[in-house]
Amino acid sequence: MNFTLKIWRQKDSASKGELTTYYTSDITSDMSFLEVLDKLNQELIKRGDDPVAFDHDCREGICGSCGMYINGRSHGPQRGGASCQLHMRSFKDGETIVVEPFRAKGFPIIKDLVVDRSAFDRIMQAGGFVSVDTGGTPDANAIPIPKKIADVAMNAASCIGCGACVAACKNSSAMLFVAAKVSQLALLPQGQTERKERVIAMLAQMDKEGFGSCTNTYSCEAECPKEISVTHIARMNREYLKAVLS
Amino acid sequence: MKLDAQIPEGPIEKKWDLHKFNLKLVNPANKRKYHIIVVGTGLAGASAAASLAELGYKVTAISYHESPRRAHSIAAQGGINAPKNYPNDGDSIYRLFYDTVKGGDYRAREANVYRLAQVSNSIIDQCVAQGVPFARDYGGLLDNRSFGGAQVSRTFYARGQTGQQLLLGAYSALSRQIGLGAVKFYGRRDVLDIIVADGQARGVVTRNMVTGLLETYTGDAVILATGGYGNAYYLSTNAKQSNASAIWRAHKKGAYFANACFTQIHPTCIPVSSDHQSKLTLMSESLRNDGRIWVPKKQGDARDPRQIPEDERDYYLERLYPSFGNLVPRDVASRRAKEACDRGRGVGPTKLAVYLDFADTIKRNGRDWIVQKYDNLFDMYQRITDENAFEKPMRIFPAVHYTMGGLWVDYNLMSTIPGLFVLGEANFSDHGANRLGASALMQGLADGYFIIPYTIGDYLARTKFTPMKEDHPAVVDTLSAVDNTIQKLVAVQGNQSVDQLHRKLGRIMWEFVGMSRNAAGLKKGQGEIRKLREEFWKDVKLPGTALEFNQELEKAWRVADFMELAELMATDALHREESCGGHFREEHQTDENEAKRNDKKFSYVAAWEFKGVGTPPKLHKEPLKFEYVTPSQRSYK
Repeated sequence: MNFTLKIWRQKDSASKGELTTYYTSDITSDMSFLEVLDKLNQELIKRGDDPVAFDHDCREGICGSCGMYINGRSHGPQRGGASCQLHMRSFKDGETIVVEPFRAKGFPIIKDLVVDRSAFDRIMQAGGFVSVDTGGTPDANAIPIPKKIADVAMNAASCIGCGACVAACKNSSAMLFVAAKVSQLALLPQGQTERKERVIAMLAQMDKEGFGSCTNTYSCEAECPKEISVTHIARMNREYLKAVLS
Repeated sequence: MKLDAQIPEGPIEKKWDLHKFNLKLVNPANKRKYHIIVVGTGLAGASAAASLAELGYKVTAISYHESPRRAHSIAAQGGINAPKNYPNDGDSIYRLFYDTVKGGDYRAREANVYRLAQVSNSIIDQCVAQGVPFARDYGGLLDNRSFGGAQVSRTFYARGQTGQQLLLGAYSALSRQIGLGAVKFYGRRDVLDIIVADGQARGVVTRNMVTGLLETYTGDAVILATGGYGNAYYLSTNAKQSNASAIWRAHKKGAYFANACFTQIHPTCIPVSSDHQSKLTLMSESLRNDGRIWVPKKQGDARDPRQIPEDERDYYLERLYPSFGNLVPRDVASRRAKEACDRGRGVGPTKLAVYLDFADTIKRNGRDWIVQKYDNLFDMYQRITDENAFEKPMRIFPAVHYTMGGLWVDYNLMSTIPGLFVLGEANFSDHGANRLGASALMQGLADGYFIIPYTIGDYLARTKFTPMKEDHPAVVDTLSAVDNTIQKLVAVQGNQSVDQLHRKLGRIMWEFVGMSRNAAGLKKGQGEIRKLREEFWKDVKLPGTALEFNQELEKAWRVADFMELAELMATDALHREESCGGHFREEHQTDENEAKRNDKKFSYVAAWEFKGVGTPPKLHKEPLKFEYVTPSQRSYK
């Protein structure tokens, strides 16, 4: 297969970036999208050009490092997978593929497709935890949790923190990311003691980082590689209302 | 220097308790005066950093990732062991200890393994308290499944994402401490060397991966929790950035490297499809609970597997090992898969694969049952191979997955450099020559949550420290040595990319230091590694400069270190004239092709001292004593 790649190139956070066109050939349908970038980079290095910088690590859709806006969609055309899980069989031979970084005020560009997502860490530091020190915890089976509830909590907890939801949202809202953690801990008995403070603190940090508000377009759910449901946002909104009104 | 493992006296079940009592304490008000540097934020590093900060120590955590949550622990799928005996099937601390020592083919320290089994129950309690959503049954209690090498169900899991959930638990504890200001986290920093002053580990040199500037961090002790070195093989299930540089540099500074040849080849990975392949993907071992492994009896049988009748299939693990069946330990399952393929019975386009078949389980329990248990794994398989494993058996083949070897540590997890502690996969301590499934998560968290918080205090309380300033000669010298090496790398300006050279190294390692090894091959491998290392330093081509975001430079540094470590792996494999666990020497096998140990000569930990690049390392032996589990020919029949 052959492809035309239009890739966002930006030297560093201070420079202006632009889309640059590259042509790749001898691509097979079983290659992953990142392997196509690997191959392109090998060619660029050979020519003495600067290879395309992109974040990636586990290449199995769980570390959340890779994140690209491919043909106008977070992580590309396939549903329920990260950029590293995208294979070339998802594209038509000869297609032009546009690759951009995840764009948001909260995600400043470092180089090319690499963005700084440390805002997500700061939101977690504001309250995305249960305040329990190591040691002295009760037996794990002391608190039974209905399977149904544990399963919904697990759905929320499966968030990989990639930022696809932010990039997909016209408001650059981080509501799905924040809601996934708030909802997980609000559902579980372990999260009850700090329930109110948590939702208030995490949302305050989210605002501070410059992420926008939710206007219910559901694009976050559509583009989430873990298919996390917007019902968690609804739960977070209820949590927030209860917290500020009580 | 004589190796002293510091194993406490007393009966095995009392050793850790007695030891904890004998360890010196740092009083709560003094803890904040000590500064501990933690490198790596996976399960071991994040849990250590959080737990030490909770105790009151000043902690700096460093990672090459942008966020602690990206560490490769996140990709562990299957589960974590603990002998809670919730299923009432006869489990106990002693049984987990026994299984782990036996599974490791009697090349691990009994005292360490017992302690690991002892603290593992607390890990489950800790994680549940943090809100880790482990799988539960309909009564709301925790569910268990079985893993290889065990006949009880002691593995706790969170779908096929157990590593993710445990890491996010440790990450949440760490985030809390960062938020409180007790831990300072520095992301996108590559640790390139260890600062050793007056014989003590006192800091690290890092490269800021965004600006390219070199930085130093100093403190009173350094913890390395930087994972394993499987990427020496280029293709492995490790993440692309996983590397050995921190432990290798520590080794060059005086930390002994133990059992370098003990690598684990995991039996259930998705086979290599083409030369473009950048990494391999594991299919969790938990699948062996419900999938049956087979190959066609006839050589070269290319029929659709569904068309091959029962009596023309060889369920070789069930045939050879009736009591453990498909759940034999990883080393055994991998070797038998290779053997089947070597005999021309491999399947799929490359003939380097065997089937893992779920048809019987689907017939018995229904498709929904499988979806509940393994959905994300079936999904992952389909994405990569474009095949539906509900319809057609999976194709699997062994791949490099884990390294049991690592820096030598004593019972306190301290290396031979005072003040340098090593946790998790980066150390050698608990898995012997083969790690059992669901034990890596257990060890990482045991080291971080429940061992280092005790043992590091003893070191700090016993040691006198002189203040470290930026102009200390050890800091200045280490910094300039790192800078020189970087300049040297950038100056080569050769013709081959880092990846090209790394792939070459991988091919040498897989061929000569891979799943089965022999003296002639290992010697040849050593020579080829040396030649390739020279080629690397003459011909590597790096774009850009050192003072910018430069991913090729990051890789080059790591591959340069792999080129040296690889030779040690071959040297260690050549010296160990026996087969044990993942180390299979063709010269040493039983009539039934099982690994044949030589306990008389090799019942020891091989700890290597660095003597210079290209100079043979010096071997130090730590004898292994087995007072509780009698070494025998491992039998899973």
